[in-house]
Amino acid sequence: MIDLFKGYKGAALTVLKKFNVRVWSEALINTTRGKFKGIILPRSENDDSEHLVLKLVTGYNIGVTVKTILDIRELAYKEAHYKIPEKEFPVSENKPNVKLFGTGGTIASRLDYRTGAVIPTFSPGELYGAVPELADICNLSTEKLFAVFSENMGPKQYLILAKAIGEEIRKGIDGIVIGHGTDTMHHTAAALSFMVQNPPVPIVMVGSQRSSDRPSSDAALNLIHAAGAAANSDIAEVMVCMFGPTSDEYALLHRGTRVRKMHSSYRSTFRTIGDVPLAMIERDKITPLKKDYKRRRNDRHVDIYPYFEEKVALLYYYPNMMPDMIDSVIDNGYRGIVIAGTGLGHVNEPLYPALLRALKAGVAVYMTVQTLWGYVHMFVYETGRDMMSKGVIPAENMLPEVAYVKLGWALGQTDDPEKVKELMLTPINGEITEREPYNGYLIFQGGIPGIEAFLKKFHK
Amino acid sequence: MTKKFDPVENCEITRKEIGYISLQEATFQIYRDLGFKCGLEIHQQLKTAKKLFCRCPAGIYQEKDEYDAEIVRHMRPTLSELGEYDGTALMEFKTGKNIFYHIKNETACTYEVDDTPPFLINREALEQAIEISLLLQTNIVGELHITRKQYLDGSIPTGFQRTAIVGIEGKIPLQKKKVGIIQLSIEEDACREVSDIGHNRVYTTDRLGMPLIEIVTYPDLLTPFEAAEAGNYLRYLTRSTNKVRTGIGAAREDVNVSISGGTRVEIKGVAHIKWIPKLTHIEAFRQKALLTIRDILKKRVIDADRWKITWKIISAKEVKIKEIPIEEVKINGSKIVVVNLPEFKGILSFFTQPGHVFADEISNRLKIIACLEKPNMTHSEDAGTFFRESDFNRFRKILHSGDRDGQIVFWGPEEDVRTALETIEERCKLAFTGVPNETRKSLPDGTTIFERVLPGPDRMYPDTDSAPISIEDEEIKRFEKNLPISVSRCMRKLKEWEVPEDGLDYILKKNLFPLLEKIIHNFDLPPRFAGRVLGQWMRKIERKFAPSPEFQYDRIYDMFAFVRRKKLDREIMKKMLPEIYQNPNMEIDSVLLEIGFEKIAKKQILAGIPLLRKKYREIGKKQNAGAEANWIMGELRSSAVGNIDLHSLKQAITGV
Repeated sequence: MIDLFKGYKGAALTVLKKFNVRVWSEALINTTRGKFKGIILPRSENDDSEHLVLKLVTGYNIGVTVKTILDIRELAYKEAHYKIPEKEFPVSENKPNVKLFGTGGTIASRLDYRTGAVIPTFSPGELYGAVPELADICNLSTEKLFAVFSENMGPKQYLILAKAIGEEIRKGIDGIVIGHGTDTMHHTAAALSFMVQNPPVPIVMVGSQRSSDRPSSDAALNLIHAAGAAANSDIAEVMVCMFGPTSDEYALLHRGTRVRKMHSSYRSTFRTIGDVPLAMIERDKITPLKKDYKRRRNDRHVDIYPYFEEKVALLYYYPNMMPDMIDSVIDNGYRGIVIAGTGLGHVNEPLYPALLRALKAGVAVYMTVQTLWGYVHMFVYETGRDMMSKGVIPAENMLPEVAYVKLGWALGQTDDPEKVKELMLTPINGEITEREPYNGYLIFQGGIPGIEAFLKKFHK
Repeated sequence: MTKKFDPVENCEITRKEIGYISLQEATFQIYRDLGFKCGLEIHQQLKTAKKLFCRCPAGIYQEKDEYDAEIVRHMRPTLSELGEYDGTALMEFKTGKNIFYHIKNETACTYEVDDTPPFLINREALEQAIEISLLLQTNIVGELHITRKQYLDGSIPTGFQRTAIVGIEGKIPLQKKKVGIIQLSIEEDACREVSDIGHNRVYTTDRLGMPLIEIVTYPDLLTPFEAAEAGNYLRYLTRSTNKVRTGIGAAREDVNVSISGGTRVEIKGVAHIKWIPKLTHIEAFRQKALLTIRDILKKRVIDADRWKITWKIISAKEVKIKEIPIEEVKINGSKIVVVNLPEFKGILSFFTQPGHVFADEISNRLKIIACLEKPNMTHSEDAGTFFRESDFNRFRKILHSGDRDGQIVFWGPEEDVRTALETIEERCKLAFTGVPNETRKSLPDGTTIFERVLPGPDRMYPDTDSAPISIEDEEIKRFEKNLPISVSRCMRKLKEWEVPEDGLDYILKKNLFPLLEKIIHNFDLPPRFAGRVLGQWMRKIERKFAPSPEFQYDRIYDMFAFVRRKKLDREIMKKMLPEIYQNPNMEIDSVLLEIGFEKIAKKQILAGIPLLRKKYREIGKKQNAGAEANWIMGELRSSAVGNIDLHSLKQAITGV
């Protein structure tokens, strides 16, 4: 049955039915507060049932209170369709071929006028209609693998993505862009770094912090930067490409294993932790910031390791954490635990017996630091040495989320603790680094005269 | 032989042809014949402590070169909810502007620069908006829906203004008619522009996000003066709540004007109501001129759709100009382009506004759309052009121009040439349809220039970051109980009290009516006198002396009370008021000392009269009763003021 009363319920639905008016009809509503005329819009399902939403002729929306309504008259009916002009992507022989995989998220989003929310249903083909500059950079082909919010991305999607990437590479693509929600982009970036090894071409993940339905969206420029990186950069790694400063200026290419979302809403939310980013990218220029990266190759070889064990937990330690937290993980059949410990990688003593129990049960336990920057150093204090002797393995300077993803990936391949340990501690692509450069930890503090002078001169 | 074309003469002839006369000369009938229609959009800042959607302080301004950090953004058009791109949006995108924001920590947070979603709406501001909506007798909405109104000029970093309708369909009573109110909305204020040169536009973010209301009237105003009357009425009304900001930029008017056969044109950012009559008058005639041009062109060109320009990039050498007089070309290597406009002879120098001709319409669009700084062009009917007629003849040859064609020469960076050519062709094609939909910027001389294409309802989007806010009946009832007296009632009362016209404006503008009413009621004074004190004396004082920020109008009440308590004559207030204004914290007793007042008994003053009379008869040059009385009055005045009513003193002197 066609839903004529999209999103309306309760009193609001009753009044619509009573006066026999549909959503999208132009109506004249007579109320105790006066007359209101406009098009009845769908209502967000999360909003109350006491109001009708009306679009006035001026373009504004208003709500009319149901209990004030005396009469409604339907004057006309016009259903609206929201569509971006979909155009076929122009192809030219001398441009690199880039594949864009759509997974959902803000980069590929539009408004849902029923829920009033941003939903990821913007087809990659429509992207070209909105960002024609892409045609100046590459020959773009697109494929929508799934349409899920960032928070719903998981192992199932990692595996599909990894395999699809392998396929494209073997078919001869020059670069890959993956549109992804930003919330868990760094999780997926880490997963792909482990599942897709030694790719010959750049694999660039991109998202946006401001939906593409707004003029100030970072989506278009992010896409342009990402397509540029995929088409032209010499860096054949899994990377995240997002705004460097909040300004529309340049993007940073972050190594997939060292990147993290660091602000809930800033455009420049992604930062490389414990190292410098791989490169800066502008509309027509790529400036490498590091020398030791994997170079683009002409061969079509790539190693795909599509494995993942889902029973792995990431526990964020806090001072009063009780052993039952660990116990419940063990009792629920988890095979691995990554702890984000305090300081150099610590938990309190009451947890020791529980951890011991875990290790005895064959659960792999790895220690990371919740400070994010810096290495786990379990030798420094006695508590650390204690835990190490019991079998908790320090994960060097692997980020907690990265260690979580890697442990899932390792346990997906083997049950042998030694093999798991070897996989975990052998860096695949920078998730563990031998040294931390002095400029790998920069958190500026506002107010300090030197920093303020810097902020005035450079775009943050 | 044909007479040489004289652009100055052509401008004069066309001015007469459209019947342009000055505002002073115009009668009501002139506007009726034009089909003049005008509506207002009043933007008024609300007096809240904080901004509308974040917790930054409101009302703190930074100097234009004072900032802590800068960010740069670009704006892209998006689709509306109904699935269409907005015309303005596309134009703004074409311009390819770099938009720089100068941020000061004190007045802007991550919300202003669109790095944080909005916080809950400022309740204080919403309540004020509801109150004003009630004063306008609008229908209050059941639920406030925050809507995004696209602005791609960069004046708001998000690319849209968050705005919401509070009430629709109200009315205000003017002297002779009722004027309809379309709506009142609450919205966030935009950035202030610092500069706009070439492709770079700079804004400060201090004003951005301050709560504002917008009141939109129906186009019910049929003369420029009615428009000003409505403007004043709305100003008095908003100020009567005591909850709006005053001062420079706190209230701004957009004025919509159209004439029969014309189009709605919006004149933006009119800072003073007194400018409205001249601006709307000139705009009405500009539309008349454009309609006349349309008729001429339609006669000359059968198929307007196929009309198009031809053009060529030329070099200095090619046109044999020894020295190119254009700085930019010399320095930046800009391109010079000659353009032929078929059948446009006599149109380029056609009068549009005092001091403007049709070619200026093109030049201003070149500045805004193609980012070509002015001077950006000259043309074959430019009286002040640095090209000679022989140069233009060469251009005509290059372009294969006909006798009835016009030519434009413009210059600019190579990458902007294409947009410039599109802009010229577009504007000329619009001449075939009459008056383009435009937003225009007002200039102090009453003329206007192109600002952007007028946006339509397609630029409205629901704000997905905010939930709707219900407005309950109980809340409305509570506000209704505490509304200030209506402006029309105040005006009636003031007239009844015979308060002079200039005083009336001042009293309403400063919202002094409640104070005046209280003074008249409590002190049993002639209302006209109290009206003069508040409306005329205060006005003069404020004009004469430096602003006194601590001065509160309530002090005037204290003064009246003091004068009554001390049984002084009320004329003393004329001396006291300037002192009180300048020293708002001084005790009123001390004010008397300050002005040198001495309490003298009436009897004692009157006792001086015979002595002075004798004296005058000895020394007076003109021995007549009038001169004598005046002299005596003058001698006694200073000690009399405050002690005796001057009128009765005079009576005592003349013995009448």
